[in-house]
Amino acid sequence: MSDTTRLIIVAVGGQGNLLASSVLGEAALLSGIPFRMSEIHGMAQRGGVVESSLVFGKAGSTIISDGEADVLVGFEPSETLRALNKCNSKTIVVTNISPLPPFTVAIGKGVYPDLNQLQSLIRAKTAKLIALDAAAMAKEAGNVMAVNIVLLGALTRTGVLPLTAETVKAAIRSKTKPAFLDVNLKAFDMGFRQNS
Amino acid sequence: MHKLLTDKPGSQMVLLGNEAIARGAIEAGVAVTTTYPGTPSSEISLNFFQISQECDLYFEYSTNEKVALEVAAATANCGVRTMCMMKHVGLNVAADALMTLAYVGVTGGLVILTADDPFMFSSQNEQDNRYYGKLSGLPILEPSSVEEAKDMIGYAFDLSEKLQEPVLFRTTTRINHSTAPVTLGAIKPRVTKGAFKRDPFSYVTVPAVSRKLHVKLLANLDKALAISETSEYNRISGSGKWGIICNGVSDAYVQDAIDDLKIGDRTRILRIGFSHPMPTQKISSFLKDCEKVLIVEEGEPFMEESVRSIAQESGIMIPIRGKDKTLFSRLYEYSPRQVRQVIANYFGVPYTPEPVMDVSDVPEIPQRPPNLCAGCSHRATFYEVKKAAEGLDTIYPTDIGCYTLGFLPPLGMGDFLICMGGSTSTPCGFSRVSDQKVVSFIGDSTFFHSGITGLINAVFNQHNFTLIILDNGITAMTGHQPNPGVDMSLMKLDGYGRLSIEEIVKAIGVPHIAVVHPYKVGKSIETIRDALNFKGVSVVIAKEICTLYAKSLKKAKSRPFTINDKCKNHRNCVNLLGCPAFFIENERVKIDPVMCAGCAVCAQICPENAIVPLKA
Repeated sequence: MSDTTRLIIVAVGGQGNLLASSVLGEAALLSGIPFRMSEIHGMAQRGGVVESSLVFGKAGSTIISDGEADVLVGFEPSETLRALNKCNSKTIVVTNISPLPPFTVAIGKGVYPDLNQLQSLIRAKTAKLIALDAAAMAKEAGNVMAVNIVLLGALTRTGVLPLTAETVKAAIRSKTKPAFLDVNLKAFDMGFRQNS
Repeated sequence: MHKLLTDKPGSQMVLLGNEAIARGAIEAGVAVTTTYPGTPSSEISLNFFQISQECDLYFEYSTNEKVALEVAAATANCGVRTMCMMKHVGLNVAADALMTLAYVGVTGGLVILTADDPFMFSSQNEQDNRYYGKLSGLPILEPSSVEEAKDMIGYAFDLSEKLQEPVLFRTTTRINHSTAPVTLGAIKPRVTKGAFKRDPFSYVTVPAVSRKLHVKLLANLDKALAISETSEYNRISGSGKWGIICNGVSDAYVQDAIDDLKIGDRTRILRIGFSHPMPTQKISSFLKDCEKVLIVEEGEPFMEESVRSIAQESGIMIPIRGKDKTLFSRLYEYSPRQVRQVIANYFGVPYTPEPVMDVSDVPEIPQRPPNLCAGCSHRATFYEVKKAAEGLDTIYPTDIGCYTLGFLPPLGMGDFLICMGGSTSTPCGFSRVSDQKVVSFIGDSTFFHSGITGLINAVFNQHNFTLIILDNGITAMTGHQPNPGVDMSLMKLDGYGRLSIEEIVKAIGVPHIAVVHPYKVGKSIETIRDALNFKGVSVVIAKEICTLYAKSLKKAKSRPFTINDKCKNHRNCVNLLGCPAFFIENERVKIDPVMCAGCAVCAQICPENAIVPLKA
């Protein structure tokens, strides 16, 4: 398993994790690194949780079992916490800390976790937590929808994936619409710089 | 140009499994493609739909899977390469056509794709459609990876033409929805025209003809067996006395497990990709080389039953295990960790799994179930029906589509669901034997798919219930596919007809019919109440375009609403509607202006009239 890197991305439907996965896939292709990924579509589009798993290296499996992610990226803090069972004590976690409470909270069917407690729990159980307000950074970069790209920047900076910032940026260039390119590159750099 | 038409053999492209399958068919020269959309197969059709707008490939969204297969049966019997795609339960709908089409056979290649959904990510059951191969006597192919899926489609067309039989191509969600780099092959020219050679004594399945055709089918099955014995897709790798027989995605989990456990020198693997008929000789000789064998297959013990019977016939007494309380389950999908663990246990390999994280101190995280979109007209209709039915003891049969989500709180509208179209027939039974008021729900596409016959039954047999047809002008759940009621000019496509649900319901003879616009709350409740009071079959058509689809067409009512200081925190809006645009901040209800679709339904139910359009 040592020559394989396993990444889980969790997000809420509509946060753009399919684009983030496709950028990473393109970057792997550009780098000549074998990779596979798996996603769950369908009902997830209706405001549910969307999970992607990306496996870099020579493994054939496209899904990642509980406890076996090398890195977890969460686009929404409570979803990062929910996916903690995918991690082990050596996992690196990157999370957005700007919450999108599920509607169950609004109708009184649950309480949104405290953000400080959430971060200390993740920090205690994993190797490293990188927490950033990706929503604010995306807004500053010029598009609130660029949360996914900010997080790609922070993820790339961890160095866990066998991908360089240049390659990921090249993949962003080929995968995003020209109108959003400048904002996306700025968002990527902001995420990349933030994590240090 | 559509990316799947790229004519650069040898180049690499990152493709979703469903794209790889569509590309495989394009490379094989497929000329006719038919479907009824269903996850996890939907993207195959979506790609064909797009491609058909650029070239002479014929594609259609058929009314249902049975229709799709019947159309395909005819084109394939004119010698034209045809593919028909559906989700696993779709094959139940098409099964009547399938069983006798197997007798009749085809002249041009016909590949029938069934996308199974272990774990039921987006399905009502996890049936294992390999049994349709046995039931119908047709060959089954099963890819183990995205790359293999593309190449295997070409093989499936060749096999179909060699045997003159349709071929079942069985995938699972983890093939359809995985992505990997794929090497493109050459595209064979499409032959889009064929001709039917009349031969009633081979094609008209009266008993005397079918008796001959069954003999032919069994002879074909023998031919298929001979091909399966030597097929490159039934391959043996490794050497050693421990045997593993696997199929589909399990092959990747097995290969990874063997690497992780470092038992490659002791293990021999038979990967079955041509799984019906199972290669008897190959399996028998594989078993003879093994001391014990483990079968790794998600779903039912399809291979296991066959391998055990082959062992019995060959007098082989070694342990053969698979589905077992201590090994593999028939439930859900497998994971790499589970496969690694079971292989280690079964063969006695020392293995300490990574400890599972203790999350007992993690606070309970609020659930995030999928929800109807902000501004979805189904939410309005459910609310209105609930209001109109106040005081009545009700049963709400429902059907398959986005509106199935209405069964969740706070709407709680949905009491019984078994299959597509059932919401027009189950009310006949419910209302016959119970004294409860039956109000059932069906979407526009599902009504066309298989709801019409149930409604005809209701009128003929004089049942007593109200059917609400939720007509949002598109097949929404699977990603906005057309259906016979859709205005195709909105997609800027011509060459389509358009059917009116109202005219169909009238023609069926339903005695009480009404149309409501669900965003008009008070008027809708009144009209629905009248329908509920009617003794006999009544139909209410709730017409409002899908809000997501409207957004994609740039026809959305985009003016968001806000809550002003007249609000006294009754929270009727949140607690009765549960629209995801609401959130609670400092104990007050707020509306997310980005999410709000401006439907104004909440504004109409607010007792303080505190919900008003946001000033620009």
